[in-house]
Amino acid sequence: MNFKRVAVYFPAFAKGYIRNPLGLFFALVFPIILILIFGAVFSNVGSSQVPLAVQNLDHNSAASQEFLKALNATQAVQVSFVSPTVGNLSNYLAQNNLEAGLVIPAGFGAALANHTPVHLLVFTNPAASSSTGLVLGAVGGTVNGVNLELANGQPLLSFIPLNVGSQLYTYVDYLIPGLIGFSVLVSPMFSMVNVSSMWRRDNLFRQLSLTPLTRSEWLTAALLWYIFLSVISAFLLVGVGKFLFGAHVTITWLVVPFLIVGPMLFVSLGLLAGSVSKTPESAAVIGNIITFPMMFLSGTFFPVADFPPYLQNVAHVLPLYYVIQGLNDGILFNNAAGAFQNALITLIIAVVFFVLAVRLFRWRDE
Amino acid sequence: MGNAVEVTDLAKTYGELHAVDHIDFSVAAGEVFSFLGPNGAGKTTTTEILEGLRRASSGSVRVLGLDPWTDGGRLQRRIGVIPQDFHFFPRLTPREAIELYAGLFDVPARTSELLSQVGLTDKADAYYETLSGGQHRKVGLALALVNNPEVCFLDEPTTGLDPQARRQVWEVIEGLRREGRTVFLTTHYLEEAQQLSDRIAIIHHGRIIARGRPDDIIAQFGTGERLRVMSGPSMTEYLRSHIDLPVESSNGAVEVRLRSKEDALRVLQVVQSSGIAWQSFSTVQDTLEDVFIRLVGRLDEGAESDAAPRERK
Repeated sequence: MNFKRVAVYFPAFAKGYIRNPLGLFFALVFPIILILIFGAVFSNVGSSQVPLAVQNLDHNSAASQEFLKALNATQAVQVSFVSPTVGNLSNYLAQNNLEAGLVIPAGFGAALANHTPVHLLVFTNPAASSSTGLVLGAVGGTVNGVNLELANGQPLLSFIPLNVGSQLYTYVDYLIPGLIGFSVLVSPMFSMVNVSSMWRRDNLFRQLSLTPLTRSEWLTAALLWYIFLSVISAFLLVGVGKFLFGAHVTITWLVVPFLIVGPMLFVSLGLLAGSVSKTPESAAVIGNIITFPMMFLSGTFFPVADFPPYLQNVAHVLPLYYVIQGLNDGILFNNAAGAFQNALITLIIAVVFFVLAVRLFRWRDE
Repeated sequence: MGNAVEVTDLAKTYGELHAVDHIDFSVAAGEVFSFLGPNGAGKTTTTEILEGLRRASSGSVRVLGLDPWTDGGRLQRRIGVIPQDFHFFPRLTPREAIELYAGLFDVPARTSELLSQVGLTDKADAYYETLSGGQHRKVGLALALVNNPEVCFLDEPTTGLDPQARRQVWEVIEGLRREGRTVFLTTHYLEEAQQLSDRIAIIHHGRIIARGRPDDIIAQFGTGERLRVMSGPSMTEYLRSHIDLPVESSNGAVEVRLRSKEDALRVLQVVQSSGIAWQSFSTVQDTLEDVFIRLVGRLDEGAESDAAPRERK
């Protein structure tokens, strides 16, 4: 292994890649598009803040203002106000495609002052069970607080059972490590399948074999390039997730092994798939058969924990699962022990595929 | 000077197919050697074995004293190769290609010198994929020369080139010979081989059927020199009855096969004394192409059962 030759060859490999816009699109732009689409579609599901339309028919009373302040402090709902003049809130919610609403009746403040029972109206959409739970929990908790305060004569508004907010992981939080895993899988896999079969067909490996560059030097340069792409993609995804979706993610040193060993694993697997196929067409088919199930079943788009048990078992045999688990450990949970364990499993799988690929990948025919 | 290439009892089989069937030849250092043969004769297989791209089934191959298959790493620094079906990376330019090769070989990049040598200066910064087929070959030729090779293997370097570009390649080959480098050339253009080569070998059905200097091969396998007289059939009849040499007629001309220069004078005297009208005369000689077609054609007649294996591409 001559690292000077690796350094000489690396820019040529990178140029060939960059000058084909399709490759860069799939490596860097496509994951961003996915985070924008999936983030926008699913960011309200199971997230900490459910939009709650509040119609305050008693808005002059200090009690109603205080109640809303307490409700807001739960961080479970995002309050928006609906004018009392719109009339029936239920119709308004349906027309505006909103899932939850609250009506504070007229005379709310006076009733509390007189210790007479008063009813709040809470509208939720039974089909959206998670947002329903959050709204009912938040309102119920606030109501309990008010009741306790009135019963004991002490301000207990801070004592609210559903004091959640920042500790709740949102869908986008899980999506970001998943999509970094997607990048680590897809861009080396597809382009190595393509490279190893097309370059063989076009005799480009034969051409390289006429120079002092060796197979392992070539492989090292390619690997460095996909590591570089994975790192860029990880920073882009974390950046977009943080700034556009307020995701609770941080890049820590714990992700480093996955951005190195992950590309090594999938560069090897792609090379292997391309080397065992006779034509570029059959290589592409083999590549897709490996990539697509792995992409969907390893927790890229949805957490594996939400899968039915039999699918969870399937996920446990897919190499990408350990990459994504490890990225979760590194980016979300800051869980060093978990990250090391997943890094070790990924490394073992990567070494197996790497050795196989190096053995089966040939530059010259006999 | 010693031999740059030494091939002894070389054979390459693909299952039942004998692509190369126990051949021997050598190429002297500093000569231009052409390896000729019809498609599928075993040319490229042999060439690729010499380049270290394929492994011999049996026999011995030495290039600059090294075994190309096992010692390829050391050998490739001293040889330059344009393989058949040369391809390069579509989105690199000729300039980048040469600089890449110079970097990999760890030699100074003589980029502009090589580009002008092969006539690619004006395409130096165009992507390879935008170049024509002939320009692709020129990129291959420039790359084969990056490392100042002692032996150049040029597998059909002029295929697909226009006449002007072919002459440019010929000049490069002649320049290589002047610099004392050895050139191993394969080509389908026999006039090119005749003009450029010191020696040639013709391979057919995996066996070498002729070898030597082009003139010697023409002398050995050709029909010799002929005197051609532009005249009608009565001249043919007259010459047949007055001369003891073979006489043939071909549309509007009579050809008499000569054994010596004196024969020519004798024939001309008979022509003159015949009193039959004639326009002009000339002497004609077989070209390498005539000999090649005759040799290969003769072997193919009645040789169906022993059909040559197809060359693997």
